[in-house]
Amino acid sequence: MPRRLRWLTPYLFLLPGGLWLALFFVVPMLVMASVSLQEGSLGRGFTMTWNFGVYPEVISTYSPQFVRSIIYAFTVTLATLLLGYPIAYTIAFRGGRFKNILLLLVIAPFFTAFIIRTLSWKLILADNGFLLGTLKDIGLLSPGEHVLATPLAVVSGLTYNFLPFMVLPLYVSLEKIDPHLVEAATDLYANRLHAFLRVTLPLSMPGVFAGSLLVFIPAVGDFINAAILGSRDTTMIGNVIQRLFLATNAYPEASALGFVLMAAVLVLVAIYAKVVGAKELTAG
Amino acid sequence: MTVLATADTATPLPPLRRPPLAVRVGRSILPVYTALAVMYLFLPIIVMIAFSFNDPRGRQNITWQGFTIQNYFDVWSRPDITGPMLNSLVVALLGTIVATTLGTLIGLALTRYEFRGQGPLNLLIYVPMATPEVIMGASLLSLWVAVGAQRGLATIIIAHIMFNISYVVVTVRARIAGFNRSLEEAAMDLGADEWTTFRKVTLPLIFPGIMAAALLAFALSIDDYVITSFVSGQTTTFPLWVYGASRFGVPPEVNVLGTLIFVIAGLAILAQLLWARQSAARGRAAMEVSG
Repeated sequence: MPRRLRWLTPYLFLLPGGLWLALFFVVPMLVMASVSLQEGSLGRGFTMTWNFGVYPEVISTYSPQFVRSIIYAFTVTLATLLLGYPIAYTIAFRGGRFKNILLLLVIAPFFTAFIIRTLSWKLILADNGFLLGTLKDIGLLSPGEHVLATPLAVVSGLTYNFLPFMVLPLYVSLEKIDPHLVEAATDLYANRLHAFLRVTLPLSMPGVFAGSLLVFIPAVGDFINAAILGSRDTTMIGNVIQRLFLATNAYPEASALGFVLMAAVLVLVAIYAKVVGAKELTAG
Repeated sequence: MTVLATADTATPLPPLRRPPLAVRVGRSILPVYTALAVMYLFLPIIVMIAFSFNDPRGRQNITWQGFTIQNYFDVWSRPDITGPMLNSLVVALLGTIVATTLGTLIGLALTRYEFRGQGPLNLLIYVPMATPEVIMGASLLSLWVAVGAQRGLATIIIAHIMFNISYVVVTVRARIAGFNRSLEEAAMDLGADEWTTFRKVTLPLIFPGIMAAALLAFALSIDDYVITSFVSGQTTTFPLWVYGASRFGVPPEVNVLGTLIFVIAGLAILAQLLWARQSAARGRAAMEVSG
């Protein structure tokens, strides 16, 4: 390439992938935005009527599912954080030669289809399956108890499926911490708990942030766990969008719901970034 | 004081005491917890593998009936299962090749060049990863309905390439950012042109990163249910088939294929890990030579 055209090189590199994302990510979003403002049906066709009224309508109709999805996703994020932090911490600081193997074990479940894993949970949580059956046999649980079709089943399925998404970024940020810093802190501070709270935890915040987003975003839009492990009372917003699109062909309502979900996610992420502190995050 | 001192020198030092029980228990809490957590992560997989050897009577493969390896032979004469599996493999393979190529090019542009718009682009590349899958699937469906396109294998592959590009960019970029530019400069100083430098120095150095990205893309692709369900039309991939079948009972052959994927993917990742370690060692050796 002639020297004076060299500035073009990065743009040439960007072009094919950028074009792909423009055509199949950005354009579909615009189409969906336009569909959300149309009226009609699949048979008669849809016509643009700038029907902004669909937005308040879907929000009021499906607010229970919205609220439920957000509560579930919050619970799942918190649960994966509490369960995942000690795992990431142990691998990062006590893993030694086995770090890579341990990480591999944490991501190993990903080598199995999401659907199959979730179906396996259905077996495990079945009323007389391994878990409940055993607990009932030894009398820790009354014979009538069940977990499937309850919010607990959906939340535990989501927690299981997204736990590795939390552990990996936590591990990455914990692994970067210089152990000498913690040592210095234990020399100076009164105890290990203080050292953890004042040194390790703040330095791992970028991992907490990344992990929370990687768990919250897919969890809030998920519909597989609710469909396989839940019941009608645990329907999440993803189930509604999927049903409106694929079963009832109510494209405008479904599109509007999609955008409301997207907006909700963006607002929550922005608030979260504000709370955690964006400065710390860019430092990591 | 003196009394104590003489006492100390008089009696031989007691052997170093083991740390008290409480401390030892305290120290083992984290490793024990992690071991339990790994077991928890493997629980559904163990169930899947176990039930691939089950010999169920009837449609439901949900209670243990007896051990058999027959399922591993039967699965190959079940075109209703192997057909979707083949679709999934075709989608994942083609999707991975294209997404890895496009994503690697973007990764190179973002790390090895400076250009206008780079800052925003570095952030924008995360947007597809931050979008709930259900929205990406729904919007693609809107597009195909709007343009009246027939949905099938092609639309599935297009969608998989789309959602994988960002993951490839992020993975490859991390790898490129980590290597020493002076190696490239040395090659250029020795008279290699840009293309030769890229082929002989840059590419071998970032290749483990590209492989890791490709493996990730393949794993995400072969596993995808949500986006695929919106753009598949009449075509069925393996996850779609399993989900459809789950309403009336999943046959053990599904567990067989699931187990095989698990084992093959595990071996591929293991090989990649070992290979990355080896090439890292080679890279270090090269650094030492180049000083």
